[in-house]
Amino acid sequence: MTPYVETVDITKEYDSIRALDLVSVAAKPRRVTSIVGVNGSGKTTLLKILAGLDTPSSGKVLIQGHEANPSELRAHCTMVFQRSVMFGTTVQSNVTYGLRINKVSSQDAALRVKSALALVNLEGFEKRHARKLSSGEQQRVAMARALALERDVLLVDEPTANLDPANAMIIERAIKESAGSRTVLLSTHNLAQARRLSQHVIHLYRGRVVEEGEPSRFFANPSDERTKLFINGELQF
Amino acid sequence: MDPIIEGIIRAIDLILTGDPEVLSIAALSLYVSVAGTLLACAWSIPVAVALALRSFHGRRIVKGLFNALIGVPTVALGLYLYLLLSRAGPLGYFQLLYTPYAIIIGQSVLVTPIVVSFATGALESVDSDLRTLARTLGASDIQTYQVVIREAFWGVVLAIVAAFNRAFAELGVAMMLGGNIRNLTRVLTTAISLETARGEIALSIALSFILLSIVMSLSVAINLARKSTR
Repeated sequence: MTPYVETVDITKEYDSIRALDLVSVAAKPRRVTSIVGVNGSGKTTLLKILAGLDTPSSGKVLIQGHEANPSELRAHCTMVFQRSVMFGTTVQSNVTYGLRINKVSSQDAALRVKSALALVNLEGFEKRHARKLSSGEQQRVAMARALALERDVLLVDEPTANLDPANAMIIERAIKESAGSRTVLLSTHNLAQARRLSQHVIHLYRGRVVEEGEPSRFFANPSDERTKLFINGELQF
Repeated sequence: MDPIIEGIIRAIDLILTGDPEVLSIAALSLYVSVAGTLLACAWSIPVAVALALRSFHGRRIVKGLFNALIGVPTVALGLYLYLLLSRAGPLGYFQLLYTPYAIIIGQSVLVTPIVVSFATGALESVDSDLRTLARTLGASDIQTYQVVIREAFWGVVLAIVAAFNRAFAELGVAMMLGGNIRNLTRVLTTAISLETARGEIALSIALSFILLSIVMSLSVAINLARKSTR
């Protein structure tokens, strides 16, 4: 299967620090690709480049085999962040915002908002003020907001890092269901989550891909020493 | 009778009886200050947006300059503008000196640093992640700015109110550029100054009472509007 989105030898430098070092990864459609690694390994930087929010110092990003610039990436991808940020309006307005600026008809938008909110168990929350919700509910709104856009690629950065198990379960279910119709890249340091959700796992360490593979092989029989340490909870940055 | 109490009673009397001169002074004060503030907003808000949301060389220096100019003495500003607008000055051709337009121009220049600095602060205080979020949802640069401006709306409104209050309550510019001409350029502050010099303390207090009432009513109205939207 051809990858939907891939990076080719991407590096990213901030001043003299190299956050990403010749990273080449590929994510196939209708799959969840997890990027795992300790804090500071470059996961968020990689997702931001894929989302068109940052530019690589060198290397390129391809969408369906064609090189894409940040603006084209933003047209294909959307991202959910670890810390959910809400517009100071209602849940409905938050989820509708992206559809409105992308000129989706109000009829279509209403249907998409309804189904996205249903996917994260937020039916009936439409009129609530988004910033007055709990952090778990806000993260679910953020997920619905991204899903309603129906972009080809969903980038999810540590979506359940600060959530209780009930909210985390809803988010995980939404990721799983959404992968049925799009390419999902999930950044997480939660190995159990990566094992549960993904069809492909990539281990990033100090800005480099040190191992990747199917979860069954990746977790049971890692070949890289650093991956073994990471899986055993013994790897430090 | 205590001049303060006498002044308040006289103020109420002047307002209730609708004294035409006092009403025209108050109306002109409102007109020039509102016009001056709106004129200042026309260039100050785009400048504030650029300072808060764009990065360019010298941005910090420009911000510092506007912050420093907040405290410019109105008499000094009035003097420089007087030299510009006087018949022998570079803008003397337009014959604006001693007209309400001169006061409007002077007040717009006076309040520009207030609008720029306060609005920039309000825009900068908006969570920068909101801009990132808007971009991930497909927003263009202009749409991203709209998101920030919407978030900072009440902060920008407060900047405009602060600018209006400064324009409405200042004396130097109105005196030097308007000349305090009766029925033409006399505003509340110049009238208060004149009546005090003439020993009409009660009338001065009455006029200052009107001035304060307008400033405070505006602040209360803005606060109520702000609370009602939350």
